[in-house]
Amino acid sequence: MKNYDIKRVNFKVFRYNKEVDKLPYYEDYSFDVAQDEVVLDILNKIKWEKDGSFSYRRSCRHGICGSCAIKVNNKPVLSCKERVFDLIEIFGYKLVFEPQDMKQAIKDMVVDKERFWHKYSSVKPYLIAEIDAHPKSEYIISGNEADKLDEADYCIQCGNCFYACPSVQVNGDYIGPAALLKAFRFNADVRDNAKRDRLDIVNQEGKGVWDCVKCYECAEACPKDLSPIDKITKLHNQIFEENMATDNVATRHAVGFKDSIKKHGFLDEGELVRYSEGNLGVLKHVPEALHMFKNGKLIMPWQMPKSQKLDEVDKLIKSSSTVKFK
Amino acid sequence: MKNLKYAFFVGCTPKQSTPELMQSTLAIAEALGIELVELVEATCCGASHMQDYDDFLSLVLNARNICYAEKRGLTIVTVCNTCQLNLATAKYRLDNDEKLKDRVNAKLKEVGLEYKGTSQIKHFLYALIDDFGIDAIASRVKNPLKNLYIAPFYGCHNIRPQKVHGSSNGNEDPYKPTSLDRLIIALGGHSVEYGHKNKCCGFHVELQAPKTANRISGNAMLDAIENNADTMVTPCPLCHLRLDVQQKSISKEMGQDVSIPILHMPQMVGLALGISPEKLGIKHNIAKVDFA
Repeated sequence: MKNYDIKRVNFKVFRYNKEVDKLPYYEDYSFDVAQDEVVLDILNKIKWEKDGSFSYRRSCRHGICGSCAIKVNNKPVLSCKERVFDLIEIFGYKLVFEPQDMKQAIKDMVVDKERFWHKYSSVKPYLIAEIDAHPKSEYIISGNEADKLDEADYCIQCGNCFYACPSVQVNGDYIGPAALLKAFRFNADVRDNAKRDRLDIVNQEGKGVWDCVKCYECAEACPKDLSPIDKITKLHNQIFEENMATDNVATRHAVGFKDSIKKHGFLDEGELVRYSEGNLGVLKHVPEALHMFKNGKLIMPWQMPKSQKLDEVDKLIKSSSTVKFK
Repeated sequence: MKNLKYAFFVGCTPKQSTPELMQSTLAIAEALGIELVELVEATCCGASHMQDYDDFLSLVLNARNICYAEKRGLTIVTVCNTCQLNLATAKYRLDNDEKLKDRVNAKLKEVGLEYKGTSQIKHFLYALIDDFGIDAIASRVKNPLKNLYIAPFYGCHNIRPQKVHGSSNGNEDPYKPTSLDRLIIALGGHSVEYGHKNKCCGFHVELQAPKTANRISGNAMLDAIENNADTMVTPCPLCHLRLDVQQKSISKEMGQDVSIPILHMPQMVGLALGISPEKLGIKHNIAKVDFA
């Protein structure tokens, strides 16, 4: 018989009952863990062997229902998929179990996901199309057309990306990575007719794609490896391709790089701020600019560095550009 | 030890808003005998914004950047997390998608270049730790940073996404990075343990969402301060521009003073190696570095 490796592990577990407790607290548990056990096995052990009142969501146990997501030592995990031994390798023998969002905890690992679902539904996360009620043949989607979804249809709505996103945490209006991924998923569907409607939603300043901080927390958090941030990039691209980019600080910030690279090779930092903010808007940066100037952190236009072989860069920009901004 | 030689992808900020990063990088490279050959043909990496506008163009330009390191037969060294990620992402995409590589090479051919995938891309932090060696650095320390409690601030783009960085960052775990901590300890300092060490600084929305940016960096700085850090250190000039230059607006947004010195990683190394603050460009730092 095969010898199974077993390790003694300490678990510090977030406990809270919104109806009874004034404040959350942590309970310590210690178990022998076998090499193939996952986090969900430990949650079950706590409930079945230690405290029947311990609460957590679970259903399929096969990484498909998305309900058992929690954080272990601040790493978002899907409990039924994450091996405890893999976590020991990263964090050692003391593992901390917490709900996805402690501020929204209802009971132990169970959080109120109302905010998540509200944002999710705001992007029209369903197919919008004129569908013939009595079709004579199937609507065949080619392999290439299916590839366009870039696996975004595999999202299981676990919320790991949403609760890992720092922009979501400080900006209550931001739609967040899960909903944006879903907007992309339907925008990329050849059967769908509401691409521009969704782009109108995700193009809003303060709410949509322009408020992504590009931290890649969502890419690490996704248990399906869907990299929501890459879908956010694709939504940005769609906004420009559909000629829907409004002339504002965020869009000019993205566009400004091309002009600078064409001219200098390098980014002209001062000019990017001026171009993005506009001649009036840039005035609010004067105090910090003076401070930077005093400390030798600003260069004059005539000191702007230049890359060598700019003719090549110019040629490549001419031949490889795929979009235009008005 | 064999001489280390890299193709130096300078990036935009060391030549403009963070001259102290340029000075301190060159100073410690000289002190440690690391040769940096500047990639004079290289352009801006697009700073994680250009691909939002024109993804293909951004890829072509970064492929061109890498070509010039390949021509010299050298590994690229970057000193900015975002340069690192943009170049590494271009490499990852081209090395894993033959069709895309062909499309990009069709463009590069117009200027007589070809992307082959032969050069590695590495941030200077990992060149120091993994190539030069942490023990070798420790043996060169002249002024141990023994009285300093230093909060390492890793910056997103050196540690995420793990898939793209692979072994180029020593397989650093994004949820428990250790390189900067190990470096601090090797230099004789105390590394401060705090929750925000691997979090975002908010730089990339600074213009369009300053409130978001200020809250994100403010949370990180207060965490470091509450854990008794004397200074923070970062390998990324964009994090530095946020945490150092914007302290006034961050304090205003947070309703609390977040003043704390912010060192570039090479400045910290340089101080421990006994290099003068002048050579490390300390005078350019906005938050006063009173211990240097």
